[in-house]
Amino acid sequence: MWEIVKQIFPYAVAYTIPLLMTALGALYCERSGVINIGLDGFMIVGSFAGALTISKLQESMGSGNTLAIWIGLLVAMIVGMLFSLLHAFASINLNADQTISGTAINMMAGALTVFLARTITGSGRIRITNGFYPMDVPVLSQIPILGDLLFKKTYITTWVSLGILLLSAFLIYKTRFGLRLRSCGEHPQASDAAGINVYRMRYIGVLLSGGLSSFAGAIILVTFSGEFNGSVAGLGFLALAALIFGQWKPLGILAATAFFGFATTIANVSQVIPALGSIPLVVLKVFPYVATLLALVFFSKSSRAPKAEGEPFDSGKR
Amino acid sequence: MNKKESLNSILAVVLGLIAGAILMFAIGSNAVEGYSYLFRGALINVKRGGDTLATATPLILTGLSVGFAFKTGLFNIGTPGQMLFGGFCATVIGLTYGATMPRVLLLLVMIIVGGLAGAIWAFVPGLLKAKFNVNEVVSAIMMNWVCYWIVYYAIPGYFKGSSETESKSIPAEASLKTKWLTDLFSGSYINLGILIAVIAVIVIAFILNKTVLGYELKAVGFNKSAAEYAGMSVNRNIVISMMIAGCLSGLAGVAQYIGNASNMQIGIMPSQGFDGIAVSLLGANNPVGILISALFFGVLYSGKGFMNANTNIPPEIADTIIATIIYFAAISAAVPMIVNAIKHKKAIANAKKLQNDGSIVQQDLANDESKVSNTEKANDITDIDDKEEK
Repeated sequence: MWEIVKQIFPYAVAYTIPLLMTALGALYCERSGVINIGLDGFMIVGSFAGALTISKLQESMGSGNTLAIWIGLLVAMIVGMLFSLLHAFASINLNADQTISGTAINMMAGALTVFLARTITGSGRIRITNGFYPMDVPVLSQIPILGDLLFKKTYITTWVSLGILLLSAFLIYKTRFGLRLRSCGEHPQASDAAGINVYRMRYIGVLLSGGLSSFAGAIILVTFSGEFNGSVAGLGFLALAALIFGQWKPLGILAATAFFGFATTIANVSQVIPALGSIPLVVLKVFPYVATLLALVFFSKSSRAPKAEGEPFDSGKR
Repeated sequence: MNKKESLNSILAVVLGLIAGAILMFAIGSNAVEGYSYLFRGALINVKRGGDTLATATPLILTGLSVGFAFKTGLFNIGTPGQMLFGGFCATVIGLTYGATMPRVLLLLVMIIVGGLAGAIWAFVPGLLKAKFNVNEVVSAIMMNWVCYWIVYYAIPGYFKGSSETESKSIPAEASLKTKWLTDLFSGSYINLGILIAVIAVIVIAFILNKTVLGYELKAVGFNKSAAEYAGMSVNRNIVISMMIAGCLSGLAGVAQYIGNASNMQIGIMPSQGFDGIAVSLLGANNPVGILISALFFGVLYSGKGFMNANTNIPPEIADTIIATIIYFAAISAAVPMIVNAIKHKKAIANAKKLQNDGSIVQQDLANDESKVSNTEKANDITDIDDKEEK
């Protein structure tokens, strides 16, 4: 049993991280008062931008070059931020219905990226030659139990992402910026009266969301997928569910995304585990979704959704 | 659909088509040629026209589904799952009883089962929304994936066809394709689904505009508290609205999987589900508007293959155009706002112009006026004081 746990742990963590980054981006966005249902789209955009950059750079810099991957991640993040301007402009300046704008983002990302991929590379799929490889953390992986679970076969992006999570938790709860951002999602009129630029805060929220989701999309690319194909299999929506499941809190979404990561990984590898072999696969595959539904019901009474979420800011409203 | 809404939709379509043209130019293609192939591919002859109608059929139904839920203030993003489940259940009936029942009865049973299956699938998010105030978007998405995986394993497990990834084909008796309709459109794959869709448009328009139920559903959509105060059961209406919406999506699945297609592929979330959102939005949630916009999207989807075959424009241009249209439709609510802003700016500019023309005179005047107004105000106040004393 221990051997199995040890084996699936790295996979589960690798699967959790993109979800976590996307949900964290959405946390900034929703805490600032803008619903972002276009997470899936931003992830696709990131995956596309990353794949294109990395595959081109690896052609010129040599396929083993890790700098190319880092540049790819950065480009993905920037392109995601630029793309999220569309959502920000529609939902913050033009008071558009945020759910619909997000849906448009999803549709546009899926279609436009494949369109561009076909035009630029001639194929709807872009493969990268090399991504990051899992490695053991030098000293820490020698710790008896924890070392095996947490510090062996990890990706460098995992540590970067956890760093971003910690930084975000600090930023959101311990700084002036965080307080202002949260206030804009709760009662923007009060924030406005206190001299906070609500529009700017919301722009920051949406842009961070676009950037982090695209970063997540690129992480999928450079860790376990290695290919852009115009879809992220609904991970963005799963991240949205994780955000609600995690009650719009950084550590909450860490727990929620880890739950998804593990449940999905167990379903994926169940056939090689004798203990799980007797359970029909469909039950394991469906389990994370049903569990989320139940969790949503369970947490519905104590829901801590930002109060002004989804409402266009109108400074004249009481 | 009033005049303003139709204007908004037309504006969104025009802007979307322009964006598509820009994209075509950007990749070095001729946009005029591209569009002419796109529309010719959809409408050039009777057969292609029939194919376009068949392509539009599931879109009409999913569009109605989304639009109906919208009327009650619900966002039914669960259309893909409801559609998949409806189509799956109908396919199961077709494969199991295909040879044993008379055709008319069989088709009726398949259609009813498909609609009911969709309704059941939408019942869950509706109930969770009504009872526990769970966000229907998230729960519906979860239901989508649950259905996706059920179909993913049930089809190879029980109804495996020629390959691992698709079901057996349903017998000809269980298909919505009929000889007279196929002959009428000289061999197109158009089928009875289009009749279901048209009937659904009429029924939904009737429910929304002429029945108490429709009135209540709309009232809940406009203002929950007011509806509750007027004695309507908000929760009951939410559940009913979701179930009717789900039923429509289920019928879309019927039209797609036993009409347009004759078997089911696994591992595919039907794109018509999400497109329903676009259709509904462009049609301003109005049944007739939805019918028109679904036909328009049908043209884009049905013509894109022809365009791709004759030019070097990737077929994804159609999806990109649709997404752009939706984006513009979403921000079209802001059009009056922008118009107002422009008017306001013009008014300010005019005022400034006037001011500049007679600025020297006005400055003096302004100085005088301020003195005058101050003394006047003082007078007013004393007047009021006097009155109060009296």
